[in-house]
Amino acid sequence: MADSLVIQKRKLRPEEITSKVLLNLSVVAIVVIWTIPTFGLLISSFRTPEAINSTGWWTAVFHPFSQGFWTLGNYLRVLTEDQMGTAFANSLLVTIPATVIPITIAAFAAYGLAWMNFLGRRLLFILVVGLMVVPLQTSLLPLFRLYNDTGLAGTYLGIWLAHTGFGLPLATYLLYGYISQIPRELIEASEVDGTTPMTKFIYLVLPVSVPAIASFAIFQFLWVWNDLLVALIFLGTRVDVAVVTTRLSELVGSRGQAWYVLTAGAFLSMIMPLIVFFALQRYFVRGMMAGSVKG
Amino acid sequence: MSDAVIQKNRTVQVLLSLAVAVVLVVVFAWSFHFMRAATAPRLLIAVVAMVVGVGGIWALFLTADHLVAQMPVKLREILRPYVFITPAFLVLLVYIIYPTIRTVYISFFDFTRGGTPQNFGLQNYVRAFTDPALLIALRNNLLWLIFVPLFSVSIGLVIAVLVDRIRWEKIAKSLIFLPMAISFVGASVIWRFIYYRAPFGAQIGLLNAIVVAMGGDPVGWLRLEPWNNFFLIVIMVWLQTGFAMVILSSAVKGVPGSLLEAARIDGAGEFRVFFQVIIPFISGAILTVTTTIVILVLKVFDVVFVMTSGRFNTEVLANMMYNQMFIQGTYGRGAALAVIIFIAVTPVMIHNIRKLNKA
Repeated sequence: MADSLVIQKRKLRPEEITSKVLLNLSVVAIVVIWTIPTFGLLISSFRTPEAINSTGWWTAVFHPFSQGFWTLGNYLRVLTEDQMGTAFANSLLVTIPATVIPITIAAFAAYGLAWMNFLGRRLLFILVVGLMVVPLQTSLLPLFRLYNDTGLAGTYLGIWLAHTGFGLPLATYLLYGYISQIPRELIEASEVDGTTPMTKFIYLVLPVSVPAIASFAIFQFLWVWNDLLVALIFLGTRVDVAVVTTRLSELVGSRGQAWYVLTAGAFLSMIMPLIVFFALQRYFVRGMMAGSVKG
Repeated sequence: MSDAVIQKNRTVQVLLSLAVAVVLVVVFAWSFHFMRAATAPRLLIAVVAMVVGVGGIWALFLTADHLVAQMPVKLREILRPYVFITPAFLVLLVYIIYPTIRTVYISFFDFTRGGTPQNFGLQNYVRAFTDPALLIALRNNLLWLIFVPLFSVSIGLVIAVLVDRIRWEKIAKSLIFLPMAISFVGASVIWRFIYYRAPFGAQIGLLNAIVVAMGGDPVGWLRLEPWNNFFLIVIMVWLQTGFAMVILSSAVKGVPGSLLEAARIDGAGEFRVFFQVIIPFISGAILTVTTTIVILVLKVFDVVFVMTSGRFNTEVLANMMYNQMFIQGTYGRGAALAVIIFIAVTPVMIHNIRKLNKA
């Protein structure tokens, strides 16, 4: 703001300094309140089971060098004995295709909707917009029964397709918004001998749309990674297929008091989203904003 | 090249792409069985799954396009767009349109696991608004619907206005936004730890440690009716405030500096500026954020499922629906609850479509 520049040039009056300090202190207070829950979990996950149960995690913050306090054992135990390692691999196995498949299908459809003429084009677009907010709850039961009849229940393919279905309206809508804004001259300029809509799509539209694709990819990746309901219903809780969220919720049920297991398990389930958050922060915020309307 | 040769080439091409299509189908079918057989080594399944899943979808599009390219010009031009849109449309049909219609249909019947739909009527809906357990779920949903948007939007707005005036805005915002990255399950474990009451010994849950330090007795927060609903609501507020803050922060930055200055020169204090200038100016953004959070909260499931499983009168619609459909197998009743959630979001759906038609 222009006036803040003026303020910086002259000396601050005492009451201005007080209000600045108060402002900063209140933001510090809010940030601390918002961070403490996650921080407490993180600290606890590195404490020995005895330490966790005998003193609060904050004592470890004030006396960080006490003997026999810190350990990596919780992680080791949760990864192996409590099958969180398998769950982590399963989550990757579910999440990567469940992100790539809907993006691919949606990108093709968005291009068709934006740049091709065909019967029912408008209707199809309205359908996409309308289906965007349909809660996935209304799909669960018939699909569950269909999956049981076809043998798709409990398979990776089944859950990829389920996430593809639930993510597709939003993906198509977002990519349409971007692809339809590509300048017509750019599309037409690429028309030399032998170009087909397919080659135009692959060599021009897809590379140009990378920012939109990246935003949605981050959103969908996190959505699928963090999802519990879809995984619970279509993949189940058997340890060889369970993902991190279903595994963690099972641990809450079976080992609800064993905080050395739960804290380490919870942190393992969060590590992937946190990496994405810190590494790709700008895209992350954009993706979460774009995806917030998902049904 | 003579016409005959071209003709022959084309036939070969068509046969070739048909053959590719057949091979694809066989590979799909084989890998499907392979993935279902739990006996195969896990790593191998994983690799096959990834290749088939990601590569297969591309192979499908390219083969279809190639096949269409062999057709006579006129037919080709008509069919081409459908190569691009048919897969998406099929997925929508199978995964959203058909199941939604089917769920609405089921909701009008007595239908339980192993049985068939019987007794067409409104009984499931009547039950949803008369059964005591369901009424509690409806009441709790109402609490969630009022307090989660109220708290996340107002706290988010206050933070947005405050951080606008500090130097370390970016860091503060990203720390408050961070919970958005955490799953509801993860967040539930975090807060279970905070609400934990140790049966004996030191209180290691933060909240009870504070209570004890102030001379009180430890409290079983999650069993404390009806306040336990609010302790669950806090979790969602913690998760969603960052979202509200980011959207409202960019709206606040859009308020013209001249407008604020004019108000201040006219003698308005910071509170009046906040309530009478900033809030009216960004009311559109506030409405958007509120709607989005309302839709999210309507479907709240994970938090209740992990924290209490709906015990101690903390049940909500989505968790109850899950229980009725997948635990008790009372399909008709569960479907009616799903339809109620669906009806609640239709105004937003209609609004979105209307906006589209205006554009």
